[in-house]
Amino acid sequence: MSTVAAQVHEEDHGHHHKETFMTKYVFSQDHKMISKQYLITGLFMGIIGIAMSLLFRLQLAWPEQSFGVFEVLLGKWAPDGVMDPNVYLALVTIHGTIMVFFVLTAGLSGTFSNLLIPLQIGARDMASGLLNMISYWLFFVSSVVMVMSLFVEAGPAAAGWTIYPPLSALPQAQPGSGLGMTLWLVSMAIFIASSLLGSLNYIVTVLNLRTKGMTMTRLPLTIWAFFVTAIIGVVSFPVLLSAALLLIMDRSFGTSFFLSDIFIQGEVLHYQGGSPVLYEHLFWFLGHPEVYIVLLPALGITSEIIATNARKPIFGYRAMVASILAIAFLSTIVWGHHMFISGMNPFLGSVFTFTTLLIAIPSAVKAFNYITTLWKGNLQLNPAMLFSIGLVSTFISGGLTGIILGDSTLDINVHDTYFVVAHFHLVMGISALYGLFAGVYHWFPKMFGRMMNKNLGYVHFWVTAVSAYGVFFPMHFIGMAGLPRRYYTNTAFPYFDDLADINVVITVFALIAGAAQLVFLYNFIHSMFYGKATEQNPWSSNTLEWTAPIKHIHGNWEGEIPHVHRWAYDYSKPGHEEDFVPQNVPLKKGEEELQH
Amino acid sequence: MTYLLIITVLILVAISIWQISKIFELSQAKRDDSQIANDNDNKWNGNLMFAFLLFIYGITLFSFWKWGDVLLPEAASEHGSEYDNLMWISFAIIFFVQTITQALLHYFAYKYRGKKGQKALFYADNDRLEAIWTIIPVITLAGLILYGLYTWTDIMTIEENEDALVVELYAQQFNWKARYAGDDGVLGDANVRFLQDFDGRNLVGIDATDPNGLDDVVVQELHLPAGREVIFKMRSQDVLHSAYMPFFRAQMNCVPGMITEFAFTPTTTTADMRMKPDVIAKVKKINKIRAEKSKELMANGEEALEPYVFDYLLLCNKICGASHYNMQMKIVVETPEQFEKWMASQQTFAQFIQ
Repeated sequence: MSTVAAQVHEEDHGHHHKETFMTKYVFSQDHKMISKQYLITGLFMGIIGIAMSLLFRLQLAWPEQSFGVFEVLLGKWAPDGVMDPNVYLALVTIHGTIMVFFVLTAGLSGTFSNLLIPLQIGARDMASGLLNMISYWLFFVSSVVMVMSLFVEAGPAAAGWTIYPPLSALPQAQPGSGLGMTLWLVSMAIFIASSLLGSLNYIVTVLNLRTKGMTMTRLPLTIWAFFVTAIIGVVSFPVLLSAALLLIMDRSFGTSFFLSDIFIQGEVLHYQGGSPVLYEHLFWFLGHPEVYIVLLPALGITSEIIATNARKPIFGYRAMVASILAIAFLSTIVWGHHMFISGMNPFLGSVFTFTTLLIAIPSAVKAFNYITTLWKGNLQLNPAMLFSIGLVSTFISGGLTGIILGDSTLDINVHDTYFVVAHFHLVMGISALYGLFAGVYHWFPKMFGRMMNKNLGYVHFWVTAVSAYGVFFPMHFIGMAGLPRRYYTNTAFPYFDDLADINVVITVFALIAGAAQLVFLYNFIHSMFYGKATEQNPWSSNTLEWTAPIKHIHGNWEGEIPHVHRWAYDYSKPGHEEDFVPQNVPLKKGEEELQH
Repeated sequence: MTYLLIITVLILVAISIWQISKIFELSQAKRDDSQIANDNDNKWNGNLMFAFLLFIYGITLFSFWKWGDVLLPEAASEHGSEYDNLMWISFAIIFFVQTITQALLHYFAYKYRGKKGQKALFYADNDRLEAIWTIIPVITLAGLILYGLYTWTDIMTIEENEDALVVELYAQQFNWKARYAGDDGVLGDANVRFLQDFDGRNLVGIDATDPNGLDDVVVQELHLPAGREVIFKMRSQDVLHSAYMPFFRAQMNCVPGMITEFAFTPTTTTADMRMKPDVIAKVKKINKIRAEKSKELMANGEEALEPYVFDYLLLCNKICGASHYNMQMKIVVETPEQFEKWMASQQTFAQFIQ
């Protein structure tokens, strides 16, 4: 089936279209250009998201102090340079929203699914270039709306990135729940549409446009990860859309889906019979799979980079695919572990504890397989490789504390404390961010035809790696001490006074980590224009994207698309001169393909 | 002033990192401008991987040495020790796995750093190995799940019993109130619609026509008798809140439109708790910090901080708006006699109506 589609496309490809600046750089339907657009938009949003975290870290380390930078950036929301509590909440809310959705969903998945799916499976482009273009531009519009919401008179949404009603539903409850929240919801609704179009495209492309010989069991693990991620997205994002729409109804049209028996600002509201717990179910039905929408692509990228740079086959290919599938399946039936103490029936809590702790099994398999892949390798410690190893490290450190949080009993006392913040930042925030960086260092030559500077890459990695642990390791302690998250300051409780110096340590590391990202930005922009021109296959990799010409052409390959004769991981295979055998090299006489 | 100094230093550090790496880059450019890792890079980064392993162990040990005393405050409820056991068992497993896996990961990254001409081992599969590291987590997790669920059921099963004290925790932006069920042990019906009755002084909205509510007592400070089970019924009048009582290993959300429940038995009175060595040490440490801060404040002509005295806390732990960070209520645990005496001095709803 794949070959027929490919051939039809091929004939079509013979004549080149005239391209204008608009169709080439702006409204492009070429997956390679769209991937760059996603990356650059994602990085721009990332700068905003990370800068916000630095602002609220300053407030947490030196509460209610006056900072010049607050006065400059926050204006009237920081009278005399002292941050207002409402602004603090707005900053954590938008930081979370931007990092989870705009950077680590669109920026990561959007960039690399778009770049790699056609190139690694051997397709001329995505199944639908038009949908792909629309998907990017919807993402762009939703980014613009989200950024616009920062400039609203009363401030942007401030109910936490989970925007639980009634706080998010009632403008009387906090200033951010007015126009700021409306824009947040509009932006997210557009974002979801973008994500769905993208995901559908990825699924169809992987299923239908694989080149000759590219069976599902020969797919690189990157593609498996992107493919399964897209499926999770299609299953769960619509539920968030429904939650957002029902919330919009409650907010603007007086319905009572999530609201009941409310008295606020001296007034009894008319809402009857709704339940905020319903919203929590709908939100986390996406919210938890979202963790894996963020993480799986990063793990896929890591699998590819670790195998390539270890010069070894990825250990346990079948088990890796099976664990991706297992994680994906389990991810849709564990959402309730965010709600152990929401008031839902404790029996449900038991069920969700059971399913949640099961996720540790495929996760452990993945971690062990990565470690075994390193064993007796010939490790080429390129920046991408360092970030991949770093990912495995933070994935383990962060994942292990999930055993505590996923246990309904233990969750009682650490729920919504900084322990949770430390856990999820390590396991999905930092890990996925490392995946993004690893991907950028590794595929920069493919995207821009130039190499990034490796020494700057090393500085970037080591400073980031040390500060990431410096930020999030001590954070477990203030969480175990009982300090709730989303507190503007903990000075209202003398009991927490001895946590002040931990907060200073965390903020100092956060500032250093922020500074290290400037090195990356400089490297990225500088290399884009002045980087060393790349070779055809700089990392001596097996996958198909490195057989495509360095200069991007519409349709990816001149002439015929290469055929695939083997899996992607024939590194250091006995009987071959080189330590890599690209997928398009036919089997030698008598050579056996590994049974996997 | 100190923070300004620190920020300046940080900016300088950032600039110097930038500059050093730039110099590094310039000096490298002449010799070898390949941007692919060579043996030298592999050697350096391999060594750093090993150093990083030591860093992870170091920061773990340092944090426990420096801040170990803030972990899990002394438990003061009956299920608290059960909770703490499960916590420390889970922690022991986590630390064991963390120590070993991080060691393997970083040691391999160091040991097998690449060299030119070296070839990696072609090793793609080993079913037995994979079976082993699938089965070990399965067994460990099965144990943890069973233990966890047993404890969970134990904590969350609330049996109606005559002796229990029934208390309603009532949340609103941004304070807490508590309502005791009185002699009949039954809370009167309540709804936000009744909040405006009696000129808005019907603080938790008790229905005046329900006889069960007449002996209810509404207070702003939570008193609990030691050794008696307390069944909490949580309500909220506006947005989500969460009643978080870390010393009692207790937490439950307060949801507008519904009543949620949690129960525990306090074991230690506030007075006894203040005499515990750990608490004394903690209070001393905090007061030292506060004394230093006070000096700074007084130098600026501001008021000194009050010395800290230990008290049990009820905190709000679900984002609820601007003053979320300061939504608290003091909890006083006392002997049953002291509690009865205090209770007798409170005004019932019936007295309030008159």
